[in-house]
Amino acid sequence: MADPIAETAAPSPDGWEPRIIAFLCYWCSYTGADNAGTARLKYPHNVHIVRLMCSGRIDPELVTTAFARGADGVMVCGCHIGDCHYISGNHKTMARMPLLRRTLEAFGIEPGRFVFEWVSAAEGEKFARLVRDTVAGVRALGPLDWPGRLRARGVGHGRDLQPWGAQP
Amino acid sequence: MNAVSKAKVAMYWAGSCGGCDISLLEIGPHLLELVAAADVVFWPCAADFKYHHVASYPDGYIDLCLFNGSVRNSEQERMARLLRQKSKTLVAYGACAISGGIPALANLATPEELFARSYTDCPSVDNPGGVLPRTETESLVGELEIPHFYPQVLRLSDIVEVDYLIPGCPPQATRVWEVCQAFLGGALPARAHEQLAGCTDKSVCDECTLEKRLVKISGFRRHHEAIPEPGWCLLEQGFVCLGAATRSGCGALCTKVNMPCRGCYGPSGEARDQGAAFIGALGSLLNAELEARAGELIDQIVDPAGTFYRFTMSDGDLKGHR
Repeated sequence: MADPIAETAAPSPDGWEPRIIAFLCYWCSYTGADNAGTARLKYPHNVHIVRLMCSGRIDPELVTTAFARGADGVMVCGCHIGDCHYISGNHKTMARMPLLRRTLEAFGIEPGRFVFEWVSAAEGEKFARLVRDTVAGVRALGPLDWPGRLRARGVGHGRDLQPWGAQP
Repeated sequence: MNAVSKAKVAMYWAGSCGGCDISLLEIGPHLLELVAAADVVFWPCAADFKYHHVASYPDGYIDLCLFNGSVRNSEQERMARLLRQKSKTLVAYGACAISGGIPALANLATPEELFARSYTDCPSVDNPGGVLPRTETESLVGELEIPHFYPQVLRLSDIVEVDYLIPGCPPQATRVWEVCQAFLGGALPARAHEQLAGCTDKSVCDECTLEKRLVKISGFRRHHEAIPEPGWCLLEQGFVCLGAATRSGCGALCTKVNMPCRGCYGPSGEARDQGAAFIGALGSLLNAELEARAGELIDQIVDPAGTFYRFTMSDGDLKGHR
């Protein structure tokens, strides 16, 4: 079997590495990620995990902030519907995240950069596969670099603005 | 207050529709109190002052400058910098100056797309030569130059330090007069860092009197498609009403006449990104037990980015199309 890391984690020629922020719920998805670790499943190191008590606590603002501050991709994972520790927290997630995805697309953020999946505490293998697929997808899309985009367009105090069409 | 020490007041419009200037006139008879206590030293909409008059003032000459409109071109940037230099207190007045407002919806398109739409593609445009505006033009009197177009709509605070923010599209006259009174009474410190004025910390829902029946949303409708039932929460009826994510101060004027809140006062409370905050609120209100049903409901919402960021495109996290 081919090394899963070698397939997805080969650095780009210019040294760029995708930065993925993953927001995971405590009860299922974080435990699922833990399960991947204890089972010694390999996945790329590009993912930075942020644990919250429930996917229903993942404010869409966390996702927009992650992109605005330089994330190349964002993952949101929670308990499967019916499994929520708080009964209905993930029902809110299941409405928010697809709506957020549609909104992000209007801003030109490709669907592959925003991954929303259910991962149970037993699904370490699914989590590892999800991270591998996400990293591979984002690597293929290339850097997002939202902070650089904003700088180039003059957002921020007292910056020297470049007229449209001028060479930066 | 004698004539020598009368306060100096200015108002300027950049990328705006003029509604903010009208909203200052809307304070009505209080306008007489304002001009009795303060001299208007610059107000293109109402008084005949030129840019060179402003340039001739000493630095800090203007006590209160109300700057409305967004910054989209080099002229607007020049005036923003000039007025900052000449003003003790600079106020971003209205949604456009604070967060881009309606003009910033253009941030979802590139300048190329905007020019194509405006000058060639729009069905009502008759432009067989495909003529596009240019910044420089040769003429009989030499080369003429008009202001440069910027790649996206910016807030006033992207250009200069801003002391106060008076939100609204336009700000409501009663709130404006309260701020004027605070200024004239000396209760408004000259310098602040983007401090909100003329609004509250609560949301429009707090001021709205429509009845909440605590039912979840079973389908979305646009305002031209149905007539809302009077007295009942518009969002529960399926009209996208941004009240839950919008700062109050307006007195819920729109919902009083069955018009859903459009979000002009910007994000409420601790929220920074109004669109994301509203997605968070809306997500907990859908009548859907299954993912597929939630997806169907979401697909009924037309133009989520333009709707949720209608007045705050330049101020949200993402600020425009990639």
